[in-house]
Amino acid sequence: MKADPKGVLTGEHYLDGDHACAEGALAAGCRFFAGYPITPSTEVAERYVSRIPMVGGIFIQMEDELASMAALVGAAWGGKKSMTVTSGPGFSLMMENIGLAAMMETPCVVVNVQRGGPSTGLPTMVGQQDMMQARWGSHGDYQIIALSPASPQEAFDYTIKCFNLAEKYRVPVLFMMDECVGHMTEKVVIPKPDEIEITPRRLTKLAPEKYLPYKTNGDLVPEMIVAGTGYKIHSTGLTHDERGYPVMSPGTQDQLVKRLCDKIKLNADDIIEIEEDQTEGAEVIVMAYGITSRVTLPAVFKARKKGIKVGYIKMITAWPFPEKRVRELAKKVKAFVMPEINLGQMVLEVERCAAGQAKTYHVPHAGGWVHDPEDIYQVIEEAVK
Amino acid sequence: MFDYDKYLRLNKLPLIWCAGCGDGIVLKSMLRAIDRIGLSKDEICMVSGIGCSSRLTGYVDFNTLHTTHGRAIAFATGVKMVKPEMTVIVVTGDGDATAIGGNHYIHAARRNIDITVILFNNNIYGMTGGQLSPTTPFGFKASTAPFGSVENTFNISGLAEAAGASFVGRGTVYDAIKLDRMIEKAIRKKGFSVVEVMTPCPTAFGRRNRLGSGADMIKQLKEDSVSIEKASSMTAEELNGKVVTGIFVDKELPEYTANYQKLIEQLQGR
Repeated sequence: MKADPKGVLTGEHYLDGDHACAEGALAAGCRFFAGYPITPSTEVAERYVSRIPMVGGIFIQMEDELASMAALVGAAWGGKKSMTVTSGPGFSLMMENIGLAAMMETPCVVVNVQRGGPSTGLPTMVGQQDMMQARWGSHGDYQIIALSPASPQEAFDYTIKCFNLAEKYRVPVLFMMDECVGHMTEKVVIPKPDEIEITPRRLTKLAPEKYLPYKTNGDLVPEMIVAGTGYKIHSTGLTHDERGYPVMSPGTQDQLVKRLCDKIKLNADDIIEIEEDQTEGAEVIVMAYGITSRVTLPAVFKARKKGIKVGYIKMITAWPFPEKRVRELAKKVKAFVMPEINLGQMVLEVERCAAGQAKTYHVPHAGGWVHDPEDIYQVIEEAVK
Repeated sequence: MFDYDKYLRLNKLPLIWCAGCGDGIVLKSMLRAIDRIGLSKDEICMVSGIGCSSRLTGYVDFNTLHTTHGRAIAFATGVKMVKPEMTVIVVTGDGDATAIGGNHYIHAARRNIDITVILFNNNIYGMTGGQLSPTTPFGFKASTAPFGSVENTFNISGLAEAAGASFVGRGTVYDAIKLDRMIEKAIRKKGFSVVEVMTPCPTAFGRRNRLGSGADMIKQLKEDSVSIEKASSMTAEELNGKVVTGIFVDKELPEYTANYQKLIEQLQGR
């Protein structure tokens, strides 16, 4: 379906990534936002709350991030597309209920405008240090989707994609922005509502007496309902059967948890979005995401000028990791180079998927600032040897 | 004879609660109150946290969400905000609502959001085997206070009153008929409402403290109960160890979702 015109501010704007993210949410049909203030993400909430009453929706500032994430899941079961926004410390507090959202298969979007950590760290300065927490932060086995934008325009575009993926797969989708993208101001073009594709909630058409809330129909994702529309279902964080009833057995756990993981793993090709440039015939491939994917470009251009065959991959999707593509390329290239603003997170995935067939070089950087492209260039030069 | 079955998910029985537990009395009282109000099952969204009482949501044929420890009120806030026309009821316990979930409890009361909290106070963490809760009385034993608690307790009802709730009452499973009326009033109230129900846990609290069977503990609740009216003429010393019951707060106050709706209408120029 197309976007509801009420939320779409069609036109050319000059926005920072945080504001663009809020506009993306409004365009995507997000009508409930629960949040707690935290730098450098608060501007998303401020933009949203200043617009939402006129659009027709709700913003509530909760007492903490635990409550924000909980209210979000409640609102989703009340039938609204919903989101929250936070940064590192708040992200940690949300983890328990992100797990619940995964277990209850609740579509929702959690934005993390990453800053330097650990702990209070560098509240106003950039980091990409929560990438593994995004994947593994909650307890238990589950799969998650995480995207990373590299500009305010992408903050707008991919916020919409986050909502669409959340609905399609009934899973919390994490939008892993970073402080640079959040606070960088650039041109953002917001299309007309009929040019914005929106994935509606997968509501069941079955009659209440025939409907089982966690029964799937071939594609691993069960159909959902809205509370108060006659279905009277039970949803729980406990291991549950197709009826949604708790069943404390290894067999039920095996079935449920495998499906929760498979619905993402087996649809990885549909979910994953990466941008490639000159990867065919490359000797070295530089992979990056978020602000680092832009900081990397001067290094790539310099290497090419020097005659090095450098391919470039910008990862929009961080999770599920573009495993298949990296495995294919590992057979053809000498090495992968990954710069990121942490001391080694996504590079572990590159290394795992390269599986010894190509070398993996990391270009680490602690939080607080982006790489000097020259540092990335130096590693490219070493990698090609 | 009241027909409880029409409100229950019969295929979900038996209940997990122990013999002598008071939670079933509260469940039945709640169903009678809902029946008196005449709510349809689909109008109700019931949200619970973690603990014995929170397992109640699995047994009732409403829209039910069984969530994480301490967070039921926060989940319910999300539901109520987007479904203000629904009757949202939270089922929780003393540990769930006032230890791990204490912050949500006071802030929901402060906002005065139209949610009814039925708080089962059994003075202990029953499900996990009898650990100290914020309402375990001083000197009483728990698995994590084997020599007796040296902590002060929360006055759960007083907390809701101080934080701004519209309706606050305390009842016991002994006085189940009074409890019906109190729950009915609480659900009917437009605003944040709390009914704190004193209910025995013979398994995890009674046995360790030699309080006898469930029936003995209910009898003791009867002995210890003092109405608000009677309590007003008693000294603090006389009230020590007593359970003051009755309705502490019953006010008409501006309600949060209604205020929010007004704001939306005002801004949209309706």
